[in-house]
Amino acid sequence: MTGIIKSEPFVINIGPQHPSTHGVFRIKATVDGEKVIDAEMVMGYLHRSMEKLAEERTYTQNIPFTDRTDYLSSMSNNLGYCLAVEKLAGIEVPPRGNAIRVIMAELQRLASHCMAIGAFANDTGAWQTPVMWAFREREKILDIFEVTSGARLTCNYMRIGGVAFDLRPEFEPMVRRILRDFPPFLDEMEGLLSGNEIFIARTRGVGVLTPEMATNASLSGPMLRGSGIAWDIRKADPYCGYEQYDFDIPIGYNGDSYDRFIVRLEEMRQSLKIIQQALDGLPGGPFRTEVPLALRPPKGEAYARIESPRGELGYYLVSDEGPSPYRFHIRPPSFINLSALKEMTVGGTVADAIVVLGSIDIVVGEIDR
Amino acid sequence: MTPFLVSDKWYDIRDLGNLSREILEAADRILPFGVVYVLAALIGFVASFLLFVLPSQLIVGVYGERRIIGRMQSRLGPNRVGPFGLLQPIADAIKLIQKEALTPTRADRAVMYIAPIIFVMPAVLLWAVIPFGENMVIADIPVSLMYFLAVSSLPVIATFMAGWSANNKYSLFGAMRIVSMAISYESPLVLALLGAVVMTGTISLSGMVAWADEFNIWMVFVQPLALVIYFICVSAELNRTPVDIAEAESEIVAGYLTEYSGMKWGLFYGMDIGYALAASGFAATVFLGGWTFFGLEQWVPGWLIFIAKTHLFYFLFIWTRGTLPRLRADQLMAFAWKFLLPLGVFNLLIVSTERMLWSEQDYAKGLIYVFALVNIILSVALVYAWARFNGYRPERTPTRPRLVKQAGGYIPVGERS
Repeated sequence: MTGIIKSEPFVINIGPQHPSTHGVFRIKATVDGEKVIDAEMVMGYLHRSMEKLAEERTYTQNIPFTDRTDYLSSMSNNLGYCLAVEKLAGIEVPPRGNAIRVIMAELQRLASHCMAIGAFANDTGAWQTPVMWAFREREKILDIFEVTSGARLTCNYMRIGGVAFDLRPEFEPMVRRILRDFPPFLDEMEGLLSGNEIFIARTRGVGVLTPEMATNASLSGPMLRGSGIAWDIRKADPYCGYEQYDFDIPIGYNGDSYDRFIVRLEEMRQSLKIIQQALDGLPGGPFRTEVPLALRPPKGEAYARIESPRGELGYYLVSDEGPSPYRFHIRPPSFINLSALKEMTVGGTVADAIVVLGSIDIVVGEIDR
Repeated sequence: MTPFLVSDKWYDIRDLGNLSREILEAADRILPFGVVYVLAALIGFVASFLLFVLPSQLIVGVYGERRIIGRMQSRLGPNRVGPFGLLQPIADAIKLIQKEALTPTRADRAVMYIAPIIFVMPAVLLWAVIPFGENMVIADIPVSLMYFLAVSSLPVIATFMAGWSANNKYSLFGAMRIVSMAISYESPLVLALLGAVVMTGTISLSGMVAWADEFNIWMVFVQPLALVIYFICVSAELNRTPVDIAEAESEIVAGYLTEYSGMKWGLFYGMDIGYALAASGFAATVFLGGWTFFGLEQWVPGWLIFIAKTHLFYFLFIWTRGTLPRLRADQLMAFAWKFLLPLGVFNLLIVSTERMLWSEQDYAKGLIYVFALVNIILSVALVYAWARFNGYRPERTPTRPRLVKQAGGYIPVGERS
């Protein structure tokens, strides 16, 4: 009897079927008691080979694929892809098309951030209430999408040269209702979570990303802004006429999970501001440039990037003058953001790892493509 | 002795204690020695189960909790089965009975089977000492508070057995967490209740109700801090959501219940609510004056008042469950040892001093109101002072991020943009 209890670290699989992995994603965590001493990410459970499939289809046929990469923000993905094709083929979008695109992309940001903050609160253990409240508001936005495009989740609404359909007469009152209902909801969320002692205890100082780490890992979106770096593609490299709208970039203080949460909340406020401006100044005229169905862009390559709800979403296209892209590549923000997971989780507890994963706001469809 | 068990007053249906006593005394005259004790146990079991635990737990517990949580989450809650969805708990139970109770291949089968059974028994036994009304207590033993505390710490063993036997790492996490948590939270819980015991000078639950009735004041006013400590500790012991680290759905899947299914799981689930109700009933008895309500018990059956108070307290559990995020295991332990335990000791010190002063004043009735006022003020001051002493400052959290107009690089905190 030496009086020493022998203990050894053991491996625990968080996922692929786990309530908090937001899809089929797996962390192989080596834990010593509650403490995580090593974490390995395992992904690929949802791989559908989209980039290769896209090389076999025409440019227009590829738009529904982009819906299914990041299924929580299909509008943004449509937009990113269409921008890349337009850049490749040199197509101009009429002002009304651009304004509709901006409204849709910002509504999509609201819907996606609803999901993000709701799921994040769920990961900290607030049993279902925040996520249900967030879903209540998200439903209203999905209703707008349904009215406009016919689909709620995979909208397939953007087209090369504009959007698929013009807005319906119900659209404007519905968006005005969102503009009216959303600020009270955000205040409600803030009251429920932002000032909650338990929430602060769980998220403050958890998963801290220094600005150096964030830039070295080439993170983007709320992850980067949470670390105090003012970077937003809508400001830095405006597209769709974002330079006309007046909005601010929210940035965090310490780069912890809490900062990412409040940055997302504030981004929703800024999105509302943009929607308000875009809706008030909605121009008339055509909503789409007519583009041949079998589009054959000139030889060359193009990279278009947008600020998706998760960060910099880039589409890289190479054309060989054929009807389908020679190379189709996506820069998925969640995939790149996820690369900092190990640095953030090792040294914390299992419970912290879940919170950190929630704060990244991953969509596995986008990671695996 | 009158042959009628129910006397002439309408509300005397509450006289269950006399009823069972009459039956037992009659039986004792004809039956051989000892049989009457078995009968007493059976009557106690059946009476407690039928009268309160079963209907209340199934209908009000499950249904009410799901319904209220549903409203809090802006959903409807169960509303399909039966009128207003009232039969939902029964439908759930039927579904659970039909389901297969899986046992993993490498699990410790015997222990895994026994664990839910061990979990159920204390939940029923707890009701034996809780007075529903005047004389309406199944076993009015003089040490009922001790009995309650002793029996209520039994389920921890069952949950540990459940977590250990399933041979699953998540279950093991849950089991380890619940054991460490039970050890941490048992001590402040007892200290908090000790305050009430010192004040009333009895550890009989009926005695505590009688005390509240005599001095016309509820223990919650005399011992507000004790109630707060009790509530936090008991929700930790019961695995209710703000502190449900042993089940922690988002972290360790379902903790010790991960491998359970079918009615084996159903017993855990149902009895969780049973324990919560028993703890609420206990709190209603000790802190809220039990079946008395400042004389209203003359007009309304005491057991109705008691049930109302129980569910009022139970609502607090539902409310916190629907609102608060979960603490981390280490934060929870730190909270128990660094915060609740010292506060419990301070509280005990204060209440002992008061009791001494009170006995010198010959237990003057008016003095207890002074104590109540003093204690309410002292409790707030104590919590505040101890939090400051521990270095806790409610930080002026910037709940809104900084806003910048232009994209650029890193902006250090404090620098104007």
